[in-house]
Amino acid sequence: MLAKALAIGIGAIGPGLGIGLIGAKAMEAIGRNPEAVGKILVPMLLIAAFAEAIAIYALVIAFSIK
Amino acid sequence: MSLNLEQNNLNTNNTEAPVVSAEISHEHTLYAEQIGQIGNFPVTNSLLNSWLVLLVVVIFGVIVSRKIKLVPRGLQNGLEIIFESFLDMFDSVTNSRKRSLKFAPLVLTFFFFILLNNWLGILPGIGSIGQIVSEDGHQAFVPFFRGGTADLNTTLALAIIGVVASHILGVIATGWWYYFNKFINLKALLEIPKKVIKEPTILLVNPIKVFVGLIEIIGEAAKVASLSFRLFGNIFAGEVLLASMAAILAWGIPIPFMFLEIIVGLIQALIFAMLILTYLTINTTKEEH
Repeated sequence: MLAKALAIGIGAIGPGLGIGLIGAKAMEAIGRNPEAVGKILVPMLLIAAFAEAIAIYALVIAFSIK
Repeated sequence: MSLNLEQNNLNTNNTEAPVVSAEISHEHTLYAEQIGQIGNFPVTNSLLNSWLVLLVVVIFGVIVSRKIKLVPRGLQNGLEIIFESFLDMFDSVTNSRKRSLKFAPLVLTFFFFILLNNWLGILPGIGSIGQIVSEDGHQAFVPFFRGGTADLNTTLALAIIGVVASHILGVIATGWWYYFNKFINLKALLEIPKKVIKEPTILLVNPIKVFVGLIEIIGEAAKVASLSFRLFGNIFAGEVLLASMAAILAWGIPIPFMFLEIIVGLIQALIFAMLILTYLTINTTKEEH
């Protein structure tokens, strides 16, 4: 039980920070140039999904521990 | 509430309370449960879903392609708008409209197949209509349908198809010798005796190049693993999330999570397709010096 909780708990720290950083830089870029929202949005979502995939790996391990 | 279409002999003290079932376990297993057989081939519930999606896509394609006019109206118009915006998105990766058109059939197939599989897993009826089977002494509920991509087999198969296709197309586009040297860099080894007099640093650099090429092989396996696990994890976690939210309060709480699942399904399909396109593009370009 503890192993499952630790797996997903610790595994979500890194991606959480990563997605926060991506969002922060994206917000900064939009703030400098509000017209570029359309160009920034799609790459930001794409990269956020990559960062999230690491958390998903941890989640799958958490599911497969008995 | 689950609709039981078939009841095996249950115990007389079967306590099936409406919210919590003491005797029948409704767990969400990592693997897809088998519900039938064709000869020796086991048919699982997520396989049934994939066949359903296949049917939908084929029927839709046949219906739309029957009446194609030069000046589009209606459904064909909508599809052309979608197609154009996809080609623009692909152009940002491949930098050439000609190559986007060549890769578009494969990549769009991945996209629509994965998208429909993801979305079909949210429909009511998928995952809740099933039968009760007894395994290992206790009774478990086995649904007839389950999201196609919520099964690791499907996503692994898709990832392997995508990566192997990128390799095969890379060999077709750049030739055997060039492509082989990307991984086992024999050219760098053969260059050492030729150029060692002119540039002695090549004695140090080229073995490193050979080593990097070997590590690329591991990178390919990592690509397959990451593609399959990303898709599987997202969709499976979504299913478990929806089930947990429905267990808390089935009226109202699952609605925002349904929206989340719709968006996640779309984004994951898009990412899978764009990644396959990226791998295809990288493998089929000869680097200019």
